[in-house]
Amino acid sequence: MAVLFLVETAGGKVKKASFEIATYAAKTASALGTEAVGLALGTTDAGELAALGIYGAKKIVHAGNAGFDNFDAGTYAKAIADTAAAVGAKVIAISQTLTGKAVAPRVAVRLNAGIVSGAVSLPDADFVVKKAAFSGKAFAYLKINSDNKVISVVPNSVGAVKGDGSAAVENADLVPAVSKIMVKEVVRQTGDVAPLPEAELVVSAGRGMKGPENWGIVEDLAKVLGATTACSRPVADVHWRPHHEHVGQTGVAIRPNLYIAIGISGAIQHLAGVNQSKCIVVINKDPEAPFFKAADYGICGDLFEVVPKLTEAIKAFKSSQH
Amino acid sequence: MKFLVCISLVPDTTTKISFVDNDTKFNNDKVQWILNPYDEWYALVRALELKEANGGNVTVINVGSAENDQVIRKALAIGADDAIRIDAAGDLDSYAIAAEIAAAAKSGGFDVILLGKETISYNGSNLGGMLAELLDLPFVSYASKLDMTGNTASIDRDIEGGKEVLSVDTPFVISCAKGMAEARIPNMKGIMAAKSKPLQVVTPQGVGSLTSTVKYELPPAKSACKMVSPDNVEELVQLLHNEAKMI
Repeated sequence: MAVLFLVETAGGKVKKASFEIATYAAKTASALGTEAVGLALGTTDAGELAALGIYGAKKIVHAGNAGFDNFDAGTYAKAIADTAAAVGAKVIAISQTLTGKAVAPRVAVRLNAGIVSGAVSLPDADFVVKKAAFSGKAFAYLKINSDNKVISVVPNSVGAVKGDGSAAVENADLVPAVSKIMVKEVVRQTGDVAPLPEAELVVSAGRGMKGPENWGIVEDLAKVLGATTACSRPVADVHWRPHHEHVGQTGVAIRPNLYIAIGISGAIQHLAGVNQSKCIVVINKDPEAPFFKAADYGICGDLFEVVPKLTEAIKAFKSSQH
Repeated sequence: MKFLVCISLVPDTTTKISFVDNDTKFNNDKVQWILNPYDEWYALVRALELKEANGGNVTVINVGSAENDQVIRKALAIGADDAIRIDAAGDLDSYAIAAEIAAAAKSGGFDVILLGKETISYNGSNLGGMLAELLDLPFVSYASKLDMTGNTASIDRDIEGGKEVLSVDTPFVISCAKGMAEARIPNMKGIMAAKSKPLQVVTPQGVGSLTSTVKYELPPAKSACKMVSPDNVEELVQLLHNEAKMI
């Protein structure tokens, strides 16, 4: 018996969400008196995989066949289900990333397993798992009644915990099933900050910015914080910012530790995508902006004056910490 | 080309959420039920656009009781040709719903099965992947663009921080996200036509759920926003460091 988790990689490197899912699997395994085993599919740095041991994994099965480098939910689900059978795993943990959202339900069907997707807690002794529902307006506690169980976990919900363990990396000769989906092109944004769904710090701005030419002050603030930038729907709709930066109900739903909203009024559809943030700061000149009701901290003022001052204040604070 | 669009009913976005029976059941009282926006705006409208461009038929499918018919008629008013309702009542989980739809879809000869990226009620994203697995079809999730040339689809799929451009032949399952299509409002002609369009009611297979809802919970009440003077942003930095422990 084991708890199996999917190791997601990009460009051969382990994605940040996978450190957290390793922790999640290790804690779940510990409660069940068993061990966490990871499965990495495709070309991946073996040293990176061994490092997952720090987060509690005992073993990583590495199916390095390059045929897995292009993601296909069907071929991934088969590989995960086959590995679960090989290592005797009845619990499968997968990050609720875009990859996880596609593959976890397929794995559940393959294993005839109940699934909780979007979990934000560890399972309790009865395998009841907490998840956000109604676009973050409530939580539901779901019990998985089947023998096999699949849980997909929202990134940045339980945290990645470092220990001092190490993981053995074991090569596996898994061959991907023939995919009917052809990848013609992959277009990635460049940069060294975390992509939005995984970001712990997010600086977001809306129509109050008045135009795309003013985004420099948002990027400056994001840079001093090491934050990822985002935007509201109207801004993406008029192409001031790229579609992948749009957070909210129709865009990307996020759960960062800190969400700074600049010049965003806080429509219910925007809140639905960000209301799981642990701390919300709102900067808006309209004291009636509904976003202040959802915020932990607020500044009512002209963003073009406040944001540069905040950037300088954070810069000074960071310098004083060194 | 035959399109099948899976539609869910969800509480309107502005609905105040509450629970009854010791927080074990959703409170239906005064809830305005709507078509799940992603199913409507993106999946249904794109299927209609493709049908209008290339010919074919758009069927919508829903699992639920007769109370759902009014909302199903809205999908017909927007332009779907016909509808199937699988007459299952009670709290079914995503697996039970997927199994019912898969059973109904198996004999339908559908080329493309579309649905929204998730529902705004349970935010699960489960149905598409489950349907694909049950029907042994390719699955493309979170697609923001779908074009068809003959039986070959060109699809843009969202990935973290970018997109993939994919190609897949029919049949396949696709979940649809923003960018796929622009929402349509049903006009009077559509509303009148919807009344006479076929809505087939199908007996469910009776597939059981693998999960059950134990209870619901509202998030803790938010404490009042702490306001900081725009002339003293240093105070915000200190609060974020000392109180919120965020920086």
